[in-house]
Amino acid sequence: MHFDVDIAKRVTAQGRPFDLAVRFVLDSDRIALYGPSGAGKSLTLAILAGLVRPDRGRIVIDGEVWFDSMYRVNRPTRQRHVGFVFQDYALFPHRTVEQNVAAASERWYPGARDAIAQAEVAQLLDAFALDDVRKSYPEQLSGGQRQRTALARALAAKPKLLLLDEPFSALDAALRARLRAELVAVQRRFGVPIVIITHDPDDLVQCAERVVTLHDGKVIAGENERTGTAAALLPHLALA
Amino acid sequence: MSEALVPMLLTLKVAAWATLIAGALGVAAGLLLAKVRFAGRDVVDALLLLPMVLPPTVLGYYLLVAFGRQSAFGHWLESTLGIDLIFTWQGAVAASSIVAFPLVFKAARAAFEAVDPNLENAGRTLGYNEWTVFTRVTFPLAWRGIAAGAMLAFARAIGEFGATLMVAGNIPGRTQTMSIAIYEAVHAGNDALANTLVLIASAVCVALLVAASFAVRRGYARLSPI
Repeated sequence: MHFDVDIAKRVTAQGRPFDLAVRFVLDSDRIALYGPSGAGKSLTLAILAGLVRPDRGRIVIDGEVWFDSMYRVNRPTRQRHVGFVFQDYALFPHRTVEQNVAAASERWYPGARDAIAQAEVAQLLDAFALDDVRKSYPEQLSGGQRQRTALARALAAKPKLLLLDEPFSALDAALRARLRAELVAVQRRFGVPIVIITHDPDDLVQCAERVVTLHDGKVIAGENERTGTAAALLPHLALA
Repeated sequence: MSEALVPMLLTLKVAAWATLIAGALGVAAGLLLAKVRFAGRDVVDALLLLPMVLPPTVLGYYLLVAFGRQSAFGHWLESTLGIDLIFTWQGAVAASSIVAFPLVFKAARAAFEAVDPNLENAGRTLGYNEWTVFTRVTFPLAWRGIAAGAMLAFARAIGEFGATLMVAGNIPGRTQTMSIAIYEAVHAGNDALANTLVLIASAVCVALLVAASFAVRRGYARLSPI
């Protein structure tokens, strides 16, 4: 997937202004946004999804203009067809695992699903080993199950692009390693490009093909805003 | 018994209508104030809460001025819609609605503000438009708080006295609600009737308060959703 991103946004957090100015042009199906906390990774991801409107710039994905301040283009989130796995998963607490996964395919009233959607939901529940907990509520799930539910819910909407905001940060190390491998398998199986936020170098090696390193709202890896491959960046990351 | 029954039924009718009206307006105002930032938001918030602190007689006086036949609005209401609020049970509904409104409004605003914006964002990434986000995410997560506020509003409307007396008067069988009937029974020395009405009013209000606290406290897993 081809990314042509050039965005600027000023936000005020705790009374202090923070300026985000991110530019990258990349052609990859597995991109990581890497950097310390407070670097602007989550904000960048929210802007890609259309959840936050940048002050100016443009976002062109595979030739489709999602945002262009000059031409006043701002495609709403629902028309960008992005899947989003939130850091805290943002599962609907009032709906069961099955209802969460089916959330994108409901029509007219909650619970209305056609036979095809029903079959797809069942497939996803099966693929993510959620069959046993399909009637459970998010608060009754383990961390790994929550993460899988969030992933299944996002994939059920058949996104063109999957955005993940530190999807492993809430999990212990052993589970993290397993789910990392699962994510790569999912990416290959569903053929959906991913952009993943992380500050864990292990994530880069296993999940990412290209890395955009952010620091204080700017892209820093490589000279002239070029971005590195995960392998090439590793020696530098170890020092950082 | 019909001495107690008539004001009781009238009170239930008035309180039900008032809860409905205050509920619809309170939810709309609560949503607006919780989600939309605009200049003068704090002033609007204060004005909407005003009925909670103003003396009910003051509210009643405002209503008389606004809806009486001398006012342009009251004249228009009567001549075009045939609605006369003064000395009618509809007037009692208007008075109770205004007194009960802040209770729903406050509860709704707090409930809407408590909904995690990320859940609404999750809905947007799943293809929901703003209406679907409201009906499937925001409202289902806020409705317990709103329901609790509505129950308090209903209890408050049952007890409404001052503004109702000013606007609707005290016409037995037509505008004499329970709290006004109690006042009159005590004055007339009819202790038996007063006792009956007081016990009923107390029981209803206690039941509503208990129900309201239940509505807020129950968890998701134990609730059987739609």
